[in-house]
Parts: sequence; structure tokens; C-alpha cells
Amino acid sequence: MIIECTDVTRRYTMGERDVTALRGVSFGIEQGDFAAITGPSGCGKSTLLHLLGAVDVPSTGTVTVSGRRTSSMSDREATDFRLRHIGFVFQRFYLLPTLTAVENVELPMAEAGVARGVRRTRAAELLDYVGLSDRAGHRPTQLSGGEQQRVAIARALANAPPLLLADEPTGELDADTGASLLELFGRLNRDGTTLVFVTHDPVVAGAARRVIALRDGRLVTPQPTAP
Amino acid sequence: MRFTLALATLTRHRARTILAVAGIAVASALLLDMVMLATGMSDSFRSLLLTRGYQLRIAPKGTLPFDSEATIDGASAIVAALRASPRIVQVSPVLGATLTIDSSRLASSFVLGLEAAVQGDYTVEEGRDLPAAPNALAKNGREGRTSVPNDIDVIDGVVSSAFLERGGHRIGDTISVASGVDAQLRAVSRTASVRIAGRGRFFYIPAETPVMALPLASVRSLLGPRYTDRISLAMAEARGGDSVSVEEARAWIARTQPRVTAISTETAIRQVEERLSYFRQLALVLGAISLGIGFLLVSTLVTLSVNERRGEIAVMRAIGTRKGAILRQTMLEGLMLSGTGIAAGLLLGVLTARWLNTILRDFPGLPASFDFFVWSADAAVRATLLLLVSGTLAGLLPAWRAASMPVARALREEAVG
Repeated sequence: MIIECTDVTRRYTMGERDVTALRGVSFGIEQGDFAAITGPSGCGKSTLLHLLGAVDVPSTGTVTVSGRRTSSMSDREATDFRLRHIGFVFQRFYLLPTLTAVENVELPMAEAGVARGVRRTRAAELLDYVGLSDRAGHRPTQLSGGEQQRVAIARALANAPPLLLADEPTGELDADTGASLLELFGRLNRDGTTLVFVTHDPVVAGAARRVIALRDGRLVTPQPTAP
Repeated sequence: MRFTLALATLTRHRARTILAVAGIAVASALLLDMVMLATGMSDSFRSLLLTRGYQLRIAPKGTLPFDSEATIDGASAIVAALRASPRIVQVSPVLGATLTIDSSRLASSFVLGLEAAVQGDYTVEEGRDLPAAPNALAKNGREGRTSVPNDIDVIDGVVSSAFLERGGHRIGDTISVASGVDAQLRAVSRTASVRIAGRGRFFYIPAETPVMALPLASVRSLLGPRYTDRISLAMAEARGGDSVSVEEARAWIARTQPRVTAISTETAIRQVEERLSYFRQLALVLGAISLGIGFLLVSTLVTLSVNERRGEIAVMRAIGTRKGAILRQTMLEGLMLSGTGIAAGLLLGVLTARWLNTILRDFPGLPASFDFFVWSADAAVRATLLLLVSGTLAGLLPAWRAASMPVARALREEAVG
């Protein structure tokens, strides 16, 4: 299993309100899986994705990714773990507007200390993989939403992570662009990357091989967990 | 990459960055000017006193140079003793007086009687200097006021620009000077013809004051027998030139010449610094204010930039950018902002200091060679270091906030926002 969640609960404060986003969630995801986390708005999907991505830790329970328990990592360990083991794609793309597409893709490699020449070559290869080799020198404002999301995917793949997490990746895209993006996800998965994405759209969730449905912070249907 | 990102962040909002840099430049210029002002006056005074290398001023007992009309009697013996001392390299006696002037728009002028070969009061800027052999013209003083210039008796003099301008004279003119109008002296009037041989810049005399330098012997003759062996002060150069040698020479003079007071340049500077402490305090307060303004400008702009980029920073952290890298990048932004502002501020500071110096130097009563703002690399380095430290500290808090941002919470808030 690449991901194991055991009895995960997550509480936090939002403004003056205490929120319990997840309540006793347990499931596992196999290496090479292609899973969608679905559910209505506010059901805890993004919170779960943050826990899987080691940007957050559970209030109780455990999350283990690639054999490492996220709650026992220091901030630095978690950062390095994310850098090398996890790729993130966000709904709003979050490309750095002052960098070109190729520079955005290079960023995680620069953080990992990859030599300039090597990272420039790999960034070009990744842009080619997502079908944007002719847009390498463009800044995000010069790209369409779909193109920006493809650059964000190339960036997420920069350090060849075994796990790719995406939060509403088609949320800001029209139906056709969203569909082509899901095709790209399918290709990525076939090429060996484990993919977990969050969506509230059942149609989009249908592109995944497996669906993890949440409601009010709980799993709707029991999921297979680690033996 | 870090530098590229920091630069890119600053250029994202060009107008805002330019305005902030301009603000920092103004604050830097003000700080540089205040540092220059705080140190410039005493540096300028020191440089003024040491213009010709004389580190000791010898005045009548209990007085400061030209602080009163008191003179030193028996000056020849004192000057001879000083010149004979192995502690002293050179002595320049000076006798000051006010003489009336005929055939001029000036009614009177301050006159310095000097020995041209050793004088340390002026430098000739145009024309000729005084003759090197002063005693040759001692006979010039004549009884009475029947002064028709006679070529043989004409004394050469060096005058200030103010003398030429206010008297309506040119180099080469011959004028008539007279003494003995002082009721206290009850001296018989004496006159002499003076040919204006040259124009000089007098170091210790205000630029707007008409002044004339004449040979010491001639001035003594003009003032009459009472002044035959008198001087107002003497300047002396101690052998070695270091503060220990100067102090030894000063102590020796104090011990062997009971009728005079010897003041070293350092002592004079200390006395002046005490009088200038108000200026220094003002400069320090204004400097501190400008430093505070620079700090707030950098801090505000970097905080604003960090707040605007919360989502971006959270994403960078999520994709694996370390806390330290965010801290360094944000601080680099502050430093780049400060650095550019400081560079522009140094240039602006030098220009405004020159302009302000020109205005302040026009204050009446200031020596012509006195400056309020003196450029020194030391002042610039001090101001730059202060500003860089301030800029670094100003960026530190927002940088720390950016680096310590809880990633999940920031992402959540961004998603909600």
C-alpha cells in the first residue's frame, strides 16, 4: 500500500468555530491506483488530501504514505518528503506569475538541488509530455486555464514522485478541457504514477478506477484497509 | 533561482516598488546627510585648524585666539624660544588689527600682520603673495595723514574677495591705510600706501568679511611703538605631529612661557564639539527618524507582498520549498528593496548635502573654509550599514511570518477565499 489511513480524525478552528472535518476515516490505496475522493462541499475532501500530502497531520489516528507516518515527521522532514515523494496539483493552478512555464516546472527541481542544465532538459521533456512544448517561454497570464493546469501537472511531476495528489483539478476548467485533463491523468496512471484526486463532480469522479465517497467527514461506504 | 524569484516578486508591482524605493532613497539620503552633519562640522573644523599643519595656537594667557583684543608683549623672545625648541618645527606669529582705509568704499578693514614665509592664514588664489622678507618694509609707517603713495614706500598686501568686491578694488590698485583712530590706544595716526598684490582665501575669516594680510613688521609700524614687539597669537607646528608630540609641546610651552596659553587642535575641537552638541543631537534624532521611516517602508511593503502571496507561498511550501528558503527569499526581497533605495539615497544624499552646505555656508560669521556637510567614505559606510541592518530587520518579521505560515490552513483559507 502506498497510503494507509487508520481511524483518522481532523479537527481545526476556523474563525471562532471548531470544525471536525474528518471523523474516524480508515482506508488504504495501492501503488498504481487511480482514486477519486468525492463528496459534497465541506465534507472533508480537501482536508483528507492535505493529510495524504503531509501538509497537515491528523488530530487522532495515523496516515502512512510510502511507509512513512506523516505525524512523526518534523517540518523539515515533511517538506523534503513532499518534495521527493508527492506531486501536488491545485484547483487554482498556483503557478508563479512572474516565471515562465518552463521556470515554473523547474522550481521543485531547483528546490531539490538538481543542476540547472539537467532541470531545464527535464522541464522541457515534461512540458512535451503534457503537450505544451511550444508554450515553454510563456508566462501563466499568457496561457489558458487548461494550459496552466497542464503546466501545474508538469511541475507536480518534476521530481518524479510516485504519488500525485490533485485538489479539484478540473474545477476551473470547461468540460472539454477538463475531459482532456482527465485523459492526461489516465495516461500518467498507466505510466506508473499513483493518482488521487478530489472532486465534487460525480462525472469527473467516474474517470477514476476507484471512488472514496465522503459525507460529513465520514466514509459513505466502507473501504478496504491495510491487512 | 531565489534571486530570480525575489526580483520577479518586486517587479510584479512596478509602480509600488518604485515608490517604495523612492521613499527608502529619501530616508537614506536624510540619514546620510545627518551622519555627515553629525561628524562633518568637527571634521571640517579639524581640517580647518590643520590646514597648514599648525597643531598649536598660542594666545595671551587666559584667552582663546582672537577672543579678545589682548596681545602678547615680548613676542620676539617667545617666538625665538619656540623656534629654538627641538619640539617645535615652525612658528607663525600673527598680529590682528583694524585699520581705516582711505580712497576706498570701505571705511575700515580687519588686517592680519604675518610673516609670509610661515603664514598659515590664507592661500593666494590670484596675483602675488606678500614679500618673503617682512622686515624690509618696516619703514613704511609714517607719521601724519599726508599719504600720497610713494612707489618706494608702498607695501604689498593680499586681500580677500570681499575686500575687493565691497571696496570696489582690483588687483594692482594702491590704497591708503591708517591706524591710530582707536581712542583707547591714543596713538598718533600713521598711514601707509598698500598695493593690492593678490587675492587670497582666508581660512579663518568669514567669507563676507573684508580682510587684508600685510607683513607683520608693517602692521607693527602702522600701529605704533606700543606694538613693536606684540602679536595677537602664534601658531606652532609640533615635531612629530602625533597627539603625544603635540601634547608634549603644549605642556612645554605652558611650563616655560607663563604669559601665554597654548591650545592644541584636539582641545579646540573638543571645545567646539561641546558647542556643537545641539547640532549633533538634532542630527541624531533626524537620522533615527529617517532610519525608522526606511524600516517601516521596507517592513510595510514586504508584509503587503507576503499577505498578497499567501496562497503562492503555501503552494511553494506544499511542493517542497523549505521554511528557510521562504525566509531567505522574503528577506532577500527586503534587502533588494533596501539596497536599491540606499544606492539611490547615497547619490541623493550627496547632492542634497552639497546644496544644504551652500546655503548654510552663507551664514554670517563662519570661516570661509568651514563646511557643515563633509563627505567621507566612513559616513557613507556607516549610513549604508545602518540602513542595510534596518532593511534586513524590517524584512525579518514578514519573512518569518511567511515561512511559518501553516500550509494546510493557508491552502484552506485560499480555497474558501
